[in-house]
Amino acid sequence: MELSFVIEKFILVTIVFIVSLVVAMYSTLAERKIAGFMQDRYGPDRAGIFGLLQPLCDGGKFFFKEEIIPSGAHKTLFIIGPTIAIITACISSAVIPWGQELTIGERVISLQVADVNVGILYMFGVIALGVYGIMLGGWASNNKFSLMGAIRAASQSISYEIAMGLSIIALLMVTQSLSLKDIVAQQSGFVNWNIWVQPLGFIIFIVCAFAECNRVPFDLPECETELVGGYHTEYSSMKLGLYMFSEYINMFVSSALMASLYFGGYNFPFMNDLGLSPNWITILGVLAFFLKIFAFIFFFMWIRWTLPRFRYDQLMKLGWKMLIPLAIANIVLTGVITVLKDLYF
Amino acid sequence: MSLFYVVALLSTFFALMTIFTKNPVHSVLYLVITFFTFTVHYILLNAQFLAVVNFIVYMGAIMVLFLFVLMLLNMNEDVEPMKSTLVKVMAVIAGCCLFVTVCGALHLFDTQTPLIEKDPSIGLVKNLGQVLFKEFLLPFELSSLLLLTAMVGAVLLAKKEPKRI
Amino acid sequence: MQSLTNRKKVLEQKPMTLMERIYFPAIIKGLTITLRHFFKKIPTIKYPEQIRPYSKNFRGQHSLKRDEEGRERCTACGLCALSCPAEAITMTAAERSPAEKDLYREEKYAAVYEINMLRCIFCGLCEEACPKEAIYLDGPHVTADYLRKDFIYGKDKLVEPKFDIRNLNA
Repeated sequence: MELSFVIEKFILVTIVFIVSLVVAMYSTLAERKIAGFMQDRYGPDRAGIFGLLQPLCDGGKFFFKEEIIPSGAHKTLFIIGPTIAIITACISSAVIPWGQELTIGERVISLQVADVNVGILYMFGVIALGVYGIMLGGWASNNKFSLMGAIRAASQSISYEIAMGLSIIALLMVTQSLSLKDIVAQQSGFVNWNIWVQPLGFIIFIVCAFAECNRVPFDLPECETELVGGYHTEYSSMKLGLYMFSEYINMFVSSALMASLYFGGYNFPFMNDLGLSPNWITILGVLAFFLKIFAFIFFFMWIRWTLPRFRYDQLMKLGWKMLIPLAIANIVLTGVITVLKDLYF
Repeated sequence: MSLFYVVALLSTFFALMTIFTKNPVHSVLYLVITFFTFTVHYILLNAQFLAVVNFIVYMGAIMVLFLFVLMLLNMNEDVEPMKSTLVKVMAVIAGCCLFVTVCGALHLFDTQTPLIEKDPSIGLVKNLGQVLFKEFLLPFELSSLLLLTAMVGAVLLAKKEPKRI
Repeated sequence: MQSLTNRKKVLEQKPMTLMERIYFPAIIKGLTITLRHFFKKIPTIKYPEQIRPYSKNFRGQHSLKRDEEGRERCTACGLCALSCPAEAITMTAAERSPAEKDLYREEKYAAVYEINMLRCIFCGLCEEACPKEAIYLDGPHVTADYLRKDFIYGKDKLVEPKFDIRNLNA
């Protein structure tokens, strides 16, 4: 492994890391702003113009608040909980292709941190791991509400992972590859986007993504009206901040995943007809990708301020009795159509 | 190769910790770490698919369920039930059987030409799929049938009995 | 049990139709509603920069007035204290010495004049009771403070500043 390669990857990783943190930071502001506008008021607008410094103030507040570790808590696990949550949130962005190759002089730089052969499955694994952060934190707090939140998080994430996996299988039958790079590369232009082939799969996937991110209407692990604060009832200061942050990073990454799986990733309409140099296309592609991601983040928030929370039995019913059969039907349908296409066209 | 020894040492260590810790939740967590080291082993063998599946299924789902149950039971060191001598004897016998089986398997194992050196890409998804759906189609389908049966059984067990009037 | 008013209505719960059970039309309906609100005009007034016009008969903090020559009008007759329903006003009267002729208009004046702003209900009865037109509730809001004693406003806060046309020109 040559040194320049290591440096290149290091820079890329740093950029991705910083970008995801900044996006997560400003998602908190965007959430409050959007909530405000949807409720006919301005959100926070005092810190800086349009409240742009608000996330910094919040971060500062989190840092300087008192750390409280309850005396009955399991100290090690209490600290490990948020750590796992934030680490899993951050490492899941490693396999997302942010753009095509960038050519600087002689070097060709790929805008993907790691082209793993089984990229999607890696994402799944990391997302599945993320629930440990919530479970450990909730259990270690030694609090009934936290434990309830942790248990809800565990059962919810397991139930929806199945439907998510099944909806992805139908997609994989179309794309014939597990590598995210290949999947995105296949969707060049506009008509090749996977959403046109897999609309039902996309709907199942987005519902499951909401559930996996613990977002409204599936935010039962932290639902304030029943469980005080859910799994982070006992958390304070930056540990609470890390939980919040990991939630927003998860939202960012799952938006990126949805954009690259179903909405063509960095591809945008007429990209090959513009007659621009490849580098410009790459840069525009990255911008298009981020535009899609922000649209998805907006959609997440839009849903949050529209729908009420599900009841627990409704959540389970939706997961097991609606989404899983639908996903299986989708697989069968996809298989039949693929075979028919092979036979007659 | 040295990486292998480090990871192997870690797996053994955490596997032993799984057995020797008193707190059941800690035990499960050590087991999770053990599975993680197994994942690393698979990656070292270039079996990416197996690694990720081990990661998702064992670490992400089965161990979460274990942890789920243990958290609900809220077991502590002091409420651990006493084990009778019979159970202990049975456990020793079962352990010995496992040991003999492992020894036999190791004895039969041909260490001269590891499969991975013949074809380094044998663990990738494509090759694995070819093998599973061509050579081992019948065992594969049979095992899926077995899992289905188990699932139906579990659903039946969990179902409430209809009230007799 | 028989109902007392005969107004009881039994609510009939119909099973949901297919459209309702799919749940998606309802979600989309909700989303359009929130999106419509997203673009609506926001009625909020950003307070410190933007102040809503006050009503003409707004009653704020009291001020003790001066006459054309800058002398205090109050003669400490006590009618305001008497009329005050909340008993917020106290005062001590004193006799004017000849040297103080250009400070006080009447021969008797208020040496101490205190209003307890925690008691005051801003009804404006003192304003109406005053025969000398010495007290008006034309000030701003009474601001918050930390201690109870700081809410007892003395003459230093109540008497309006001297108006001098020469200072204005300078």
